[in-house]
Amino acid sequence: MDLLEYQGKQLLARHGIPVPKGRVAANSEAAVAAANEIGYPCAIKAQVQIGGRGKLGGIKIAANEAQAREQASAILGMDIRGLTVHELWIEGASSIASEYYASIVLDRAAKAPLVLLSTRGGMDIEQVAEETPEAIASLHVDPLLGFQAFHGRRLAYEAGVDGDVVRAVGAFLGALYATFVKEEAMLVEVNPLVITPEREVVALDAKVTLDDNALYRHPDNAELRDLSAEDPQERMAKERHLTFVKLDGDIGILGNGAGLVMSTLDVVAQHGGAPANFLDAGGGAKAEAITAAVEVILSNPKVKAVLFNIFGGITRCDEVARGLIEAFDQIKPQVPFVVRLDGTNGVEGRALLEEAKLPNVHAAATMDEAAAAVVELAK
Amino acid sequence: MSVIVDRETRLCTSGITGREGTFHSLNNRAYGTAVVSGVTPGKGGQDVEGIPVFDTFREAVAQSDANTAMIFVPPPFAADSILEAADAGITTIIAITEGIPAHDELRVYTQLKRTPAVRLIGPNCPGVLSPGKANVGIIPAAFFREGNVGVVSRSGTLTYQVGNELAQRGFGNSSIVGIGGDPVPGSSFVDIIALFEADPETELIVMSGEIGGSGEEEAAEYIDQHVSKPVIAYIAGFTAPPGKTMGHAGAIVSGTHGTAAAKAAALEAHGVRVGRTPTEVADIAAEILAG
Repeated sequence: MDLLEYQGKQLLARHGIPVPKGRVAANSEAAVAAANEIGYPCAIKAQVQIGGRGKLGGIKIAANEAQAREQASAILGMDIRGLTVHELWIEGASSIASEYYASIVLDRAAKAPLVLLSTRGGMDIEQVAEETPEAIASLHVDPLLGFQAFHGRRLAYEAGVDGDVVRAVGAFLGALYATFVKEEAMLVEVNPLVITPEREVVALDAKVTLDDNALYRHPDNAELRDLSAEDPQERMAKERHLTFVKLDGDIGILGNGAGLVMSTLDVVAQHGGAPANFLDAGGGAKAEAITAAVEVILSNPKVKAVLFNIFGGITRCDEVARGLIEAFDQIKPQVPFVVRLDGTNGVEGRALLEEAKLPNVHAAATMDEAAAAVVELAK
Repeated sequence: MSVIVDRETRLCTSGITGREGTFHSLNNRAYGTAVVSGVTPGKGGQDVEGIPVFDTFREAVAQSDANTAMIFVPPPFAADSILEAADAGITTIIAITEGIPAHDELRVYTQLKRTPAVRLIGPNCPGVLSPGKANVGIIPAAFFREGNVGVVSRSGTLTYQVGNELAQRGFGNSSIVGIGGDPVPGSSFVDIIALFEADPETELIVMSGEIGGSGEEEAAEYIDQHVSKPVIAYIAGFTAPPGKTMGHAGAIVSGTHGTAAAKAAALEAHGVRVGRTPTEVADIAAEILAG
């Protein structure tokens, strides 16, 4: 789960990391009130989960109340790379002596947390890594030992931070690591990490990704999920406990098992089709789950045809067939279906479908045949 | 021969008294696997259709001589159960549980790395099947028969799909190994491919990867340098958008990292043939084995 900037900052602050004082606002009146309370100049920042929003006009500095009002109403409702701005974060403008970069990510290749520190803050770190890799100090942490004070000093010296803030930057990294571990994050990134003229170390931005599998241990964090930013169809799927990702095309897809569904999307694309969604009905899906899945897929008006690709392992094809028959009874779909049932109880499942004589349902023997058929029907 | 599980396997199931744990333990036993015990704290002394249940792994190992563990307990208890099995002297641990927090997996991985005798498969995997010998996990054994193709995969159903297509062309398997779909798998493609390379029965290796991480790229380099047997690869997720988790916790393209295109390119650059569909993988396998 990706957090918004202000949610990330509040999380960092809980672990003792200095962040600028700020307030969240959902309309321009609240934004002006927040700005007046914080004082001028202040920064008005769009809260969307996307990098580079400053360059796209999502961050402005207001010198007075009139500017704050004007900028808040301009940014609210703005579309930043497909995301609508629903919230603003108003914070005191910081004075900046130096801009650094710090992050911790769960490095899947090394299977350890990777800490990065650079004095080239405020830039895209991938660009820094390409142009001046020597400007980035890095360190893998043994998760059973944890982050030690010397790790912080080593990174600070190697990155070449100003001598008088070496210890403070090291301590900052220690607090960042504590946040990473205690909140069970996959990523915490502070860019820029700012050194003020008073030589304080402050997190001016925060990008935090939390581990979805660990949210059950962090009920406060689980509540941060931004439902308003979620696609309504994805929300509907979540309520029905289905694994679903919305895509741009017009062919609805249902399969069992993440790998098989990904593969189905690819094969449909190879046949010239465009999948409308990823939907994994899961292992051992029962008839009710299949009915719910059909409902979710058809709630997207763009869908012109639907492909069921089931290879039953724990999932039984006769259960899937029953679910589909039930769905046709309840929903009466208006679009054609192509169904490929193979694996456990495949014979029974195919017989059930044949008997039911559902309108506009086409059986296919293989995945390739099914993909070709559904692409043709969606034309 | 085969890898990881065989006739020497003596299985102890953690969570054997749960619905899924019971169902699959009995299924594995029906296949011919020696399911010698189970562990559920507080239920020691009971039995599941004749399989004795113990309170701790230490007791299960002492009383039933188990050498392999299958983990079926829910995510909050799974990491603990894996570490308990390792501590009790179990050397092969197969974790089926889906949804274990990544930081738990990191700690488990780091600890087990220090005890090289212990091999962890999974978590979030379908298990390991060595046809005709043993089945540990949830792989539907009916689709597979004995043979000389070793299969290693991050996905369950996709493995069944590929295995079934091979079976239809008359080929069987030495072993089918699901390494799981999580960000921190206990065993990697490289680990399992090394086992297949050393296994005399395996003549051809099929690996089925997907988006996210760099396990496929690492395998590509390893195969180039260390593997003499033919390897065929399949990669799922060419159409997956960046930043979206595609079902498996580990199946995510982060920025420009972990794309299917990059993985397929890395494999091909190192001389590994990549099938565009599961069917094409089976066709290539048939072509190589026939030649």
